[in-house]
Parts: sequence; structure tokens; C-alpha cells
Amino acid sequence: MVAANELIGGVLAKRPVAPTGVVGWITTIDHKRIGILYGVTAFIFFILGGIEAFLMRIQLASADSSLVSPEVYNQMFTMHGTTMIFLVVMPMGAAFFNFVIPLMIGARDVAFPRLNAFSYWTFLFGAILLNISFLTGGAPNVGWFGYSPLTDNIYSGGSGVDYWILGLQVLGVSSLAAAFNFIVTIVNMRAPGMSMMKLPVFAWMTLIVSFLLVLAFPVLTVAITLLLFDRLFGTTFFDVSAGANPLIWQHFFWAFGHPEVYILILPAMGIVSEVLPVFSKKPLFGYTVVVFSGVLIGFMGWGVWSHHMFTVGLGPIANSAFALITMFIAVPTGIKIFNWIATMWGGSIKFSTPMLFAIGFITMFIIGGLSGVMHAVAPSDTQQSDTYFIVAHLHYVLFGGSIFGLFAGIYYWWPKITGKMMSELLGKVQFWLFFIGMNITFFPMHFLGMDGMPRRIVTYAGESGWEFWNAFSTAGVFLIGLSIVVFIHNVIYTARNGKKAGNDPWDARTLEWSISSPPPEYNFVEIPTVKDKDAFWDEKYSQGPDGRPIPKVQGAAEVAVKEKEHNIHMPTPSYYPVLLSVGITLIAGGLVSHLSVSIIGGILALFAVYSWAFEPATAPDAPASSEKEGAY
Amino acid sequence: MPKRLLSSRWLPVLGLISLVVLLIACTPEHPQSTFEAAGPVAKSQLNLFWILFWMSLAIFIVVVGALLFTLFRFREKPGTALPFQTHGNRKLEIAWTVAPSLLLIALAVITVQTLFALDSPSQDDPLQVEVIAHQWWFEFYYPEYNVTTANEVNVPVGRDVAFKVDSRDVIHSFWVPKLRGKIDIIPNVTNNTWFSASEPGLYYGQCAEFCGIAHAFMKFRVVAQHEDEFLEWVAGQQAPARFATEGLASEGSLVFNTKGCITCHTVAGPDSAAMRDSRTASFLGGQNLVHAPNLAHFASRGSFAGSMFENTDENLAAWLRDPEGVKPGNRMARLADAFNNPDMALSESDIEALVAYLQSLQ
Repeated sequence: MVAANELIGGVLAKRPVAPTGVVGWITTIDHKRIGILYGVTAFIFFILGGIEAFLMRIQLASADSSLVSPEVYNQMFTMHGTTMIFLVVMPMGAAFFNFVIPLMIGARDVAFPRLNAFSYWTFLFGAILLNISFLTGGAPNVGWFGYSPLTDNIYSGGSGVDYWILGLQVLGVSSLAAAFNFIVTIVNMRAPGMSMMKLPVFAWMTLIVSFLLVLAFPVLTVAITLLLFDRLFGTTFFDVSAGANPLIWQHFFWAFGHPEVYILILPAMGIVSEVLPVFSKKPLFGYTVVVFSGVLIGFMGWGVWSHHMFTVGLGPIANSAFALITMFIAVPTGIKIFNWIATMWGGSIKFSTPMLFAIGFITMFIIGGLSGVMHAVAPSDTQQSDTYFIVAHLHYVLFGGSIFGLFAGIYYWWPKITGKMMSELLGKVQFWLFFIGMNITFFPMHFLGMDGMPRRIVTYAGESGWEFWNAFSTAGVFLIGLSIVVFIHNVIYTARNGKKAGNDPWDARTLEWSISSPPPEYNFVEIPTVKDKDAFWDEKYSQGPDGRPIPKVQGAAEVAVKEKEHNIHMPTPSYYPVLLSVGITLIAGGLVSHLSVSIIGGILALFAVYSWAFEPATAPDAPASSEKEGAY
Repeated sequence: MPKRLLSSRWLPVLGLISLVVLLIACTPEHPQSTFEAAGPVAKSQLNLFWILFWMSLAIFIVVVGALLFTLFRFREKPGTALPFQTHGNRKLEIAWTVAPSLLLIALAVITVQTLFALDSPSQDDPLQVEVIAHQWWFEFYYPEYNVTTANEVNVPVGRDVAFKVDSRDVIHSFWVPKLRGKIDIIPNVTNNTWFSASEPGLYYGQCAEFCGIAHAFMKFRVVAQHEDEFLEWVAGQQAPARFATEGLASEGSLVFNTKGCITCHTVAGPDSAAMRDSRTASFLGGQNLVHAPNLAHFASRGSFAGSMFENTDENLAAWLRDPEGVKPGNRMARLADAFNNPDMALSESDIEALVAYLQSLQ
């Protein structure tokens, strides 16, 4: 069988044992390179989703505006939501899972490196499939939660909704593969001595998110498969004229959609839980409680989906139940906030850019959390649901929360990823523009919502009284845009002029800072042995007689520098992950273009799976890692 | 931590926020403001909102105050020793688990109380109204009076009105911010809601669930009247349709019949029960037949086209001239012969006559 595989593989191309350049990136199975690919791709989609948002805000800046047609506007808000959730926040989280988790837990790679490459390429092609709809006669225009029966052929002809379904389907494959990979990695590949309760909080949150993904995404997969059957093959799962109850879709969607909310926020909470201790020079306050409140949020997230449905007429008993569970999810969330503040209390707080973003996260998340409790109170929520009040709430949580947390992560780990320090001045300028711009943009939306402005309306009459705050809100978008320009400038500036970071520029506490920046392909020359939480801090400091830490050696960065003379065999790059991703995407793409495309994709996928299965993890002729210097 | 210091520092912010909120609440030109509750249901929902608002503001001030104090007090100072490596404090953590829980229990009690209190009408004999939502307009039917109308629903002041809502296509939402929060209108699911208006007046409503291309233009109005005016209105609606026999209006009547308007719009009087039943059956049979607002008493309404325009001659002429231009996505522009078949197109004189005719339908 191995011979057969070599024969088939040999026909296409020889296995890339030590590829460089573009082929190197396409065939890479190094978790760090895949993390970078995820991050860069997610950032490009962040710009795209931002442009979509910008068009909407320009349209809404004045009453009775007709700059953007209703059809285009509806595509914009659908694609903005779908893009920011599935193509920005989730993959940006995945970028950090990839780059940081193996380093944090003292591993040389993730458990399944080729599956990891497959996750990335499937994400990329799924994202492209979703966005190709712009070029083929109209993007989806039904809102990111695509309520049935608006998604039926009768009400949404054309192929926009089909692209939406198939794009999400492919993205789901990617998320599931990644989630399984990270569960196995975190559970099985921790360094010796790193028991679960010594695991860094970011790794814990990643683990919870991975479990949520594994359990939640299949619900969406089933729902969109049924919808696809309705649209392509004439089944009647959501066909009202055949007696379908459209609420079934909503239950399906939010049973996925609410855990999804926690999939979006928990990674940011994990990042903040890493950043705050480092810049306060204190361990996380109440580690156990922070971890278990994360677990509790993960569990309770399954019992609150109908708070998205307080206006659908479920009756006072069901509404009471969902209102109460939703309120009480504020308890573990509040605990986290108090613990973060207590982490800083008594510390020595340095206001570096990652810390500013982490503090920004806390304040914005408090506002989003409080308006969340307001939404939990079902009777008054019926005045706010589907208005701009909810748009304000969700942006305080997802923009002020997730995006701020992710930027904290970008600034925090940038030196580790690239080996260079970003400009602190530019970073701080970006933070303040971002923070002020975000509040100018989103805070007035609370007023608009209370003033009766529904969401998803292309325009409004001058007599509505909504013009002032809409114009105000649009002004904020320019500040956000400017802050992103400053960020991009910072990236370019750093690439050219950035100072060398060294191993441990922040005097940090976790293992990724014990190795060089950027780390070598094999990460650790010798797998570290862990004695307690904050493993790297303990290597650097011991407890002095007065109870305060004292440095063990001069210059903390020297601690982990060891000789690189070992012969470490890493898994060999492979073509098959990317081929399988192409195959799967073609299968999906064929359903909206021509079935022959699906058949070609199917054959390609089959070939890739077969060849992959018989390909050894490490090619016999691959060179050992110590022979190649430098990272990516 | 002296409490007085905190509150005095935040007093200006508190004042500013209250000022902004009051500004929104008090400006007269806010037709859909939830702050201007005009009926008992909306008032009770607004009370709940204010409780939540003040509670949230208090929590925000305390927590963000604590955060800012921490940031200021423990900022890095040159020459200080590394901080103690404290890992936690069980008593504190229990305290900040229990305190919010107690607050939430109190909130839970009033939430459940209000949910049940607002579930069904408080009066024994509410006025029944059926709401039928279409892409993109609202139809209203009064079963006890056999009156059909569109875009505007007349209700008597002080009497509970029970609405039974249903949809003939996708999901819509029935929302009059000054009278009550939303209830979604879902095909194959019959939902009920109710409210009453305390004062006579016009209350503006709007569809709040995205329902397709013209979602932004799907509005309606509640016309709250004193009982006697309301009954007078009912009598007018029950009267048989007027037939224009002379002048421009009779020419308009001819245009209405020959240019295809009559295909979707009824002008003969209230819809008969048989007509209503056959529409429901055809929808459930998947035929997707389109019917349009009943125009038998068009001139008695203050607005038209999903309540997007005031009912004036100029607006009506502009609408008939270019419906797609003034209300993008509407079905008349896309389906009616007059706007799709060049042989049936409306001339300027047709439009003038139609306006005269429609405005004669008192």
C-alpha cells in the first residue's frame, strides 16, 4: 500500500521535504506558520467586513439617503455579520490557538499537524466561496441568522443564500477539524508536570471553546443542510405551505448561535487573563475560579438560546425560564471581571499597549454585559430586541470585547511571532483612536434603539428624529478606520525598524517566553518540566525573605538559552491537506454551479484522503530540524 | 476607599448621561420613542427599563470606579519592589459571587411578575383585531365589525385591544414603541398580543423583523380615538363602497378597472369571509397569490404604501408615477401590469384621474 501511495503521489509531485518560498507556505504543517496564515487572512477579512460596515454607516449618516440601494444594503449587513463572526473573530482566535498553545504548554507542535494545515486551507477556501457570491450575481441578503422562510426559494431567488449555506458548511468542516485538534493537543501534549490546574488560562479557554465548537457547529450543519435540501431538491423542512413551523429554524440556529457567542468571547477572555498578570507583575487572582467560571459559562451557554426569541410568542413560562438562566450567566461573567480587577490590585501596573487593550476590553465588556442583563429581562427586552439597542449591545461585546481582546493578543505576542517590538507610541495612538471611535460609533446606538429605530433598515425618514445620533455614530467610524491605518503603519514600521525583542521582552510568566523570538521550528530543544502555574516566572524568580519575588539569575532572558545541537525530527510538510481542502470546496461549489465540479472535487478529495492516510508523518529522507536555521 | 470621592468624581458623567437620556425623552419629534409610553403596557415595560438603567449605572460606577482607582493607585512607580504574588482570596471571591446573585434574584422576581402580568388583557372584553402581515404592508381586520383596512389601525382610547397576528409570507414583527414591545408575526404560528392607548392620537409602528428588500418601508399607524369617534369610523368603513359617477373621479374609476389595479386591490367594500378564506387556503397551498390593500375607503386613511407617505394628492401622484423610485422593492412596481406592460402604462392624465378617484373613496 505504501508503494501504491508513492506511485500516486509521485505522479503529482515529490513530497516537499524541505520546501521554501510559496510552496513552503502552502505545504507547511508548522503550527506557527499556520497561525500566521490564519492571522493574516483574518485581518484581510477584518478590512473587508469593515468596508461593508463603512458603507452601511455612510448610508445611514443622513435621513432618506439613497447612496446605497436596499438590495446592496441588505447584502452588506448580511456579509458584515457573517464575515466578522466566521471569517474574523473565529479565525483570529484560531491564529492564537495555533501559534501560542503549543508554545504555552511546552509542545513541539499540535497533535495533528496535517489536520491543522487542512483546517486553515478549508477555512480560506470556504471564506472565498462565501465571498465569490459578490461576483456571481449577488451576495446573501437575508441577515446573518437567515430566518426561514425568508431563505426559501420563493422569497430569496438567485444563488446568494446557496453560497451562504455552502460557505458556512465548508467553514464548519474547518472549525470542527481545528477544534478536535486543539482538544487532543491540550489534553495530551502538555509538558510533564503541567496538570490541568496548572494550565495557562488561555489554554483553558481554548479548550472550552473547542468543546463548544464540536458540540455547537453540528447543529448549524444540520440546519443548513436541511435548508440546502429545501432550496436545491425541493424538500419541505422549512416550507410554510407544507405546514412547516418557521420557529424550528430559529431554535436550530440559536442552539448553535448562542454557544457561538461564547466561542467568540472566551478566547478574548483567555488573552486578557494572560495579559493582565504580566503587566501587573502578579499572578492571576483566583485562577481556579476564573477557570471554572469559564467552564460554567460554556455550560450555561447551552441553556439560554431562546433569549434571542423573546418576541416570537413562546409564552410567559418559557420566557421566564430563559430570562432567569440568562440573568444568572451574568454571575460567572461578573466573577471574571472582579478577579481581573483584583489581579491588578496591589500590582505594579505598566501601561504598555497590550495592557491598554486588555483594560479597554474590561470596561467595554462591562457595558456590553450590563446591557446584556437588560436584554435578559424579557418584558422590557421586547422594546429593545431587533432595534439599534441590540446592535449597540452586540458591538460592545464583540467589538469592545472580542476585537479589543484580540488586539491585546496581537500586541502582546507580536514580539514572539516576529522577533521585533512594535512601536509603543503608535500602539497607544491606535488604542485611543480605537477606544474613542468605538464609543462614538456604538454608544449612540443605545439611544437610537430606545428611540424606536429597528435594525436592518436601509434608510429612515427625516421625521423619525434619528438623524443626529446616526450622523454622530458615522463620525466615529472614521476614527476606527484611522486607527486601523495607524495599526497597519505600525506593522510596516516594525518590520523595517522594529527593535529586536529578545526572548522575554515583557518579563512574562508562561513558557512561550522562555524560547527565542521567533521560536525555532521545533519550539523547545528540550521539553520543559513544569512545577506550578506561571512556569516561566518560577524559573526566573524565587520568593525572597519578605515574601516578594527576587530574580534568580541576572537577566531573565538567559534562563532558557541552550545549545541547538540536537537532531529533532519534525513532521514533514505535505500537499494532501491543501488538496483535500480544494476537493471539499469544489464539492460545495459544484452545488451552486455545475454538478460536474462536485464530482471532480469528490475525486480529488478521495485521492487526497487516501494518499494522506498512507503518507508517513515524517518522510524518511527529511533532514533533521537543527540543520535548518531560522523560523518561517 | 472613600465612597464620597468616587461619587463626586462621577457626578458630572452621571449628570451628562441623565441629560442625554432626558433630551431624547423630552424632544417632541420622536414618533417611535419608547420613553414616551402612552399606554399601561408600554409604561410597565418602561418602568422595568428604568429600574434596569439605574441599577446598571450604579454597578458601572462602582466597578469602573474600582478599576480606575486600582489603575491609578497601583501604577508602576520607579524604584518600588516587585509586588507580592497573591493568588486569591476565598472570602472576597465568595462575596462577589453572592452579591450579584442576590441582585439578580430581585430582578428575576420583577421580571417574572411583569411577564405574567402583561401576558393577557386586563379587561374582560377587549376589542379583537386580526393583523395580517404581507411583504411589505399591514392588513387589519375587525371580526366583530367585519371591517378590513390597511396600514392604519383605529382603536378606541382606554379599551384593551387584543391583536391576533398572522403572516401571509415571511416573518414580520408588530411593534408600536409607545404602546408595547414587539410580537413577531410568523406564518403558521398564531401569536397574540394586546395593548391600550391612554390618550387619543397617532402612534407610529414599524416592522421590526427583517423581511426582505422593502423592510425599512413597512410601517403602520395606530389611530387612537374616543369611543364615539371610533364607532363613527367603524360605521364609515362598514358602508358600501361609493361609486364615482361623474367627473374626473369616474374617469379614474375606469382607469382603475382597465389598467389592472382591480386585479389585486378591492374597492367593493369589506372583504367577504369567503374571499378571506380562499386567500388563506391559497397561501397554505403554496400558491403565493398576491393581494394588495383594500381601497374601498382609501380616502379615510391618513397614509398609504406601508404608511410611508402622508395621504395627499401630490404624494399619491408621485407614487403612481414611479412606485419603485419612491419606495424601492415594493411589489406593485414589480408585479402590476401598469408598471411592467408598456401597453398598460399610466399616462399623466390617467394618474390625475386615479388620484381623483381614490380620493373620492371616503
